Amino acid sequence: MKLKFAMSLGIAIMVAAVACGGGPPEPPPAPEPDPDSIAREQARRDSIAREQAREDSVRRVQELEEQRIRREREEAAAREAAITAEVRSMVQAVINFDFDKSNIRPGVDTEVLEQKLSILQVNPALMIEITGHCDERGSDEYNMALGNRRALSARRWLTDRGIAENRITVRSMGEEQPVDPGHNEEAWAKNRRDAFAITAGGARLVKPAGM
Amino acid sequence: MMARHSALLALAAIVALPDAPRAQDTIPPVERGVRIGITYTPGLRPGMLVLGGARAIRLDSVRALLQRDLAYSDRFEMITLPGADSLMIGVGGYGGDEDTTPPGAASGAPFVNYSLYAALGADYAVGVLPDPDTSSLSVMLYDVHGETVRHGIRMDLKSLGDPDFRMAAHRVADELVRTASGEPGFAASRLLFVRRGRLYRVDADGASLAPASPAGVSAFSPAWHPSATRLAYSELSNGWGKIVLVDLESGERSVVGPTTELLNISAAFSPDGRTLAFTRIGGEGSDVFSYNLARDCCLERLTVGRFSDNLSPAFSPDGRQITFVSNRAGGTQVYVMAADGTGQELFAPFDYGVTGNSAGPVWSPDGTRIAFHRDVAGSPQVFLMDARSRVVRQLTSAGRNEDPTWAPDGRHLAFISSRTGTRQVWVIDVETGRVRQLTTVGDTRLPAWSPLIPEPSEP
Repeated sequence: MKLKFAMSLGIAIMVAAVACGGGPPEPPPAPEPDPDSIAREQARRDSIAREQAREDSVRRVQELEEQRIRREREEAAAREAAITAEVRSMVQAVINFDFDKSNIRPGVDTEVLEQKLSILQVNPALMIEITGHCDERGSDEYNMALGNRRALSARRWLTDRGIAENRITVRSMGEEQPVDPGHNEEAWAKNRRDAFAITAGGARLVKPAGM
Repeated sequence: MMARHSALLALAAIVALPDAPRAQDTIPPVERGVRIGITYTPGLRPGMLVLGGARAIRLDSVRALLQRDLAYSDRFEMITLPGADSLMIGVGGYGGDEDTTPPGAASGAPFVNYSLYAALGADYAVGVLPDPDTSSLSVMLYDVHGETVRHGIRMDLKSLGDPDFRMAAHRVADELVRTASGEPGFAASRLLFVRRGRLYRVDADGASLAPASPAGVSAFSPAWHPSATRLAYSELSNGWGKIVLVDLESGERSVVGPTTELLNISAAFSPDGRTLAFTRIGGEGSDVFSYNLARDCCLERLTVGRFSDNLSPAFSPDGRQITFVSNRAGGTQVYVMAADGTGQELFAPFDYGVTGNSAGPVWSPDGTRIAFHRDVAGSPQVFLMDARSRVVRQLTSAGRNEDPTWAPDGRHLAFISSRTGTRQVWVIDVETGRVRQLTTVGDTRLPAWSPLIPEPSEP
């Protein structure tokens, strides 16, 4: 191995000597390493690394902060959506009626309407539609009028308490759309109802205080 | 052959005895026929025999249609014979066969065995004869006791597949009823009704059931124009309803202008067809309105409900009055007003808190009676009120019976009955209380019976 290396070095020198012809030029003196510049370079690099690390940490903090804000926003939106959904379902809660009657029954039905009243008060952009329904027993045409009367009496209950009439439209389905297709008192009781739907301003709903 | 001939002779022999005293009757035969028509009383109905004869599928179809229409008119005692015998109680159809041509029958002329028909209890006989020279047939109404032809009707012999074939036969049946009884028939009419949100039509004999409104729209409360060539109904959508007019000849549809808003139902045409009365339901309650169709203008409010409902208008046949229902005095009851909305008053008497709610009043074609339904022990029943005396009588009692509508003869009502467990259209003869079931499809509602349907106009 040593021998082989020496040989090939020797050949290389010879070839070089033949190729150059004249004497080899004086090589420029290698610059003496400046101990100061080495230190400066090292310092520069260290400074860059430190700066890098500082920026990284700031970025990390910012990212974490952004994530936190995003998460909080998402959570807030989710809370808001949940509240909106909850309020919406309160708005949509039905009220029921006695056979061939359109008066609001004190008790459960007025509680349901009280909820709607408060919701309409704190959500001034909210518009609703009340649709009256009947059971199958009255005559078909009469039930259209009765369903309408049921819708009107819920609207009057709300407007009497300060809700503007133009925020509430009324419709009647008569006996055309039962929720329970049965032919017994249980089904009839469910079918005699006012349904409430949101027609505008329901994208984001506020829950009344104390609810 | 021989057996048939001798049976015929035997029947003819029976005829001889009851025939003899009648010969001494001094009243001219034709007048006797007229008398029967005019002095008709329930339970004493003239006997009617639809004769057999030359066999051909179209002739037999016409005979079957006439037989049934005459029976449904409830104005005659229909004489039916078991099976093959009715073939012999024929008219015509003997031509050329010497063995079976009864003696005395002129060659080519139909032989009419009056004595035989009388022996069977017939006051009238109907013969359906082919016309050898033309593509039509002749329907003859024979006055059996007068031994004469009372009326002859030529009917274009349409093919069985012709859409007007059945209606053409029904028109002949109505002419027979009119001639024999002096009263109108209703065979050439149709009914509309609602089934599962779709409008259907059916002939008065229960045939030719077909949808009359597009699928996918919710139809409600149909009504006929007095011409029977147009109809109106409501199309419901999300608690609102517009009134649609349909021209049955052109198929053209249009919406009555002011009904595109709110819930508009129970359309009723005035007898001249120029005005539409209907119920408008909305934020101000339910009230009867009228609209001038002829000028396409002038929505008028005829009732002012405030805290009561006013609905379901129907015109009197002279167009001067409108009956409707109102709950202004508590329960829902039948009221009447002038066609301009003045002079509103209670029409059908009731005892407050005792008489059940009433609905759906309709004026009879002759204006003498109002039919409506009223709750009796929780079930609606069909009632009839005399418009002059205001005496009310109950017509039905089995199951729920509601929404009566008059046949054009003013004697029959169609209504919805649940007596078999499903909601079907039934027909009642208000004179005798006889009922028949018209539909078998179930879930039917809100029937509307047409006026007599005119012959289709030539294109």
